[in-house]
Amino acid sequence: MVSRGEENGREMQQHRTRAAILSTLFMGLGQIYNRQFIKGLIFLAVEAIALFYFIENLGRAVWGTLSLGDTPSRLKKVNGIAKMVTGDHSIYILIQSLITILILILVLIAWYMNIKDAYKIGAEREAGLQANSFPKTVRYILDYKFAQTFLILPGIGILFFTVMPIIFMIMLAFTNYSAPDHMPPAKLVDWVGFETFRNLLVLKTWSHTFYGVLTWTIVWAVLSTITTYFGGLLVALLISQKGIRFKGVWRAILIVPYAIPQLISLLLMRNLFNGQFGPINQYLGYFGLGGLPWLTDPMWAKVTVIVVNMWVGIPVSMLLIMGVLTTIPRDMYEAAEVDGATAYQKFKIVTLPLVLFSTAPTLITQFAGNINNFNAIFLLTAGNPVNGDYQYAGSTDLLVTWLYKLTLDQNKYSMASAIGIIIFVIIASFSLYNYRRTKSFKEEDMIQ
Amino acid sequence: MSGRKIANLLRLSVSYIVLIGLAITALYPALWILLASFRPGKSLYSKTLIPEHFTFAHYTELFTSPVYMFGTWYANTLKIAICSMLIGVVLTLLTSYAVSRFRFKARKTALSTVLILGMFPGFMSMIAIYLLLKEFHLLDTHLALIIVYAAGAPLGGTFIAKGFLDTIPRSLDEAARIDGASNFGIFMRIILPLSRPMITYMALTQFVGPWVDFIFARLILRSKENWTVAVGMWDMVNGNQNTNFTLFAAGAVLIAVPIMILFIFLQRLLVDGLTAGASKG
Repeated sequence: MVSRGEENGREMQQHRTRAAILSTLFMGLGQIYNRQFIKGLIFLAVEAIALFYFIENLGRAVWGTLSLGDTPSRLKKVNGIAKMVTGDHSIYILIQSLITILILILVLIAWYMNIKDAYKIGAEREAGLQANSFPKTVRYILDYKFAQTFLILPGIGILFFTVMPIIFMIMLAFTNYSAPDHMPPAKLVDWVGFETFRNLLVLKTWSHTFYGVLTWTIVWAVLSTITTYFGGLLVALLISQKGIRFKGVWRAILIVPYAIPQLISLLLMRNLFNGQFGPINQYLGYFGLGGLPWLTDPMWAKVTVIVVNMWVGIPVSMLLIMGVLTTIPRDMYEAAEVDGATAYQKFKIVTLPLVLFSTAPTLITQFAGNINNFNAIFLLTAGNPVNGDYQYAGSTDLLVTWLYKLTLDQNKYSMASAIGIIIFVIIASFSLYNYRRTKSFKEEDMIQ
Repeated sequence: MSGRKIANLLRLSVSYIVLIGLAITALYPALWILLASFRPGKSLYSKTLIPEHFTFAHYTELFTSPVYMFGTWYANTLKIAICSMLIGVVLTLLTSYAVSRFRFKARKTALSTVLILGMFPGFMSMIAIYLLLKEFHLLDTHLALIIVYAAGAPLGGTFIAKGFLDTIPRSLDEAARIDGASNFGIFMRIILPLSRPMITYMALTQFVGPWVDFIFARLILRSKENWTVAVGMWDMVNGNQNTNFTLFAAGAVLIAVPIMILFIFLQRLLVDGLTAGASKG
């Protein structure tokens, strides 16, 4: 606190310092000193509840995150009878500690804001202003801090249901939480640093699966994005040709696959492509052709998922591109016609660049989405056919579906978390590239 | 001249043939499952596409059978879908209104955070959410599912909604503010009515979510009478050894038809919603 050194200012100077110090000691005291009683009482209550909570939990949280528990469940002889004594459950301890620490951070933020507020109001009082009454404070918040107030509720939701789980999973990647040797409550879990990543990337048994699945994931993402995008483009061009009638009807019909919920349509496709009883092989039989192992042969299964994904994905691209096509000004085509351009030249010089330009961000988003396209794979093939060379993965498994299997079926949590982090890094690099290219973020204030 | 006409005719005929082919491909699976749902028997295999005689037995079985509590699942899903839609839309609107209309210190950070969080595979958070709900004794309740869906809504929808709200001229807000409207008044009386297409789009996507999501539903809902239709259908195909395909078909029709009607009905709005985020690229 800077002292101005003025004799008469000295007494005044002290309001802000005193209020700030009081608020530092105990939340709300500074506000009460500033004669903002209701606000002060609210802050007081917050700190009281927080203290009560932390006295109970904080010590355990710090111990818990550092040690992850120290006594496993064990058998103990009580009066000659073996009895199970529950020990520390590392994973519960970890998540409870995480929640406590997040709440601590929230309270620290509130504490900081309370000191800042006391200081500011103190300064205002020194300047001779009356401190705001409670209704006035509310009014001030609604007028000038509206956005922040509005964001508190969604913010807390995101904090506990997205941020906290993600931190938790990142932490898991650095533990050995995994079946069969480290499953609480019977066994404890420990921090192991980067060992999981080392196993995944270098250890032969895991790395073979990892690189295989990674390669297929990228091949899948590229192929599925390209096929749906250009398929959609072709269909859109086909419908918007000059001379085609009933454009609305065609559009409505071709949009049907998009309207059917994916869960239904993919489970349905799984039956359609059934090798033994499915209608597709049945029709092939009518033409005297043998049935194909659509879902059971590694190579054919890959073809099938891409074809089915085209069926599901083309309508969206079609909708999007038809929207863009209507925005291309007619005079561009007329100018091209005057210069004697053929239909193909018009497409190549006018249509394609304009469509590509305005849908490029969506294209990259779709690519990133396809890397994570859980439904398309899991509902259709469930990652099968099983690949004997792989660790718990099948031939059509993407990284995400492999992660899912490792988590739910195999309980290899630490390995799954490590894969999740790698997926995140891949997606994030594409999306960041996309994001920085998108001018709308940088120049958003310029459009109005 | 006539050569050109012939070429044109040829082009159009080829286009129509391709379009008809595409239309058959698009409609065939839907038609096939619809007809299968009326077919007597249980099996996937059938000699002909159109069954020899039609039966409603599978539909009645869905609602009367003690094994498939389809009616209960349907009601559960409807309840969850409506609640999570309402909460989710409100949360998304609040977030997008705040970041679209106000300039405050942490704004860019908040936007980037939402963007980055959206890049994590959704069910990476599965185990943590499971443990969290267990902590609060919320497992196997519909409330838990509603919370999970609604809390996830702002992550997916904020950018699309913000893109839309950015296109509403800010001069409208300012005019209202001069007339003495509060921030909340502006939100209620100007932003809400003008963003109806976007709200419809968001509400629709939120509403459809619970019908088709089985990842979280399967994780959270344990007892059969609490299931949603998605878990039930999944179980019907995956669970038993002798799959009852025609019953699955009937259930699929009952889920797909209302959603399809909604989609086709709102097609126009859907395109607006889809392109809102992308158009400024």
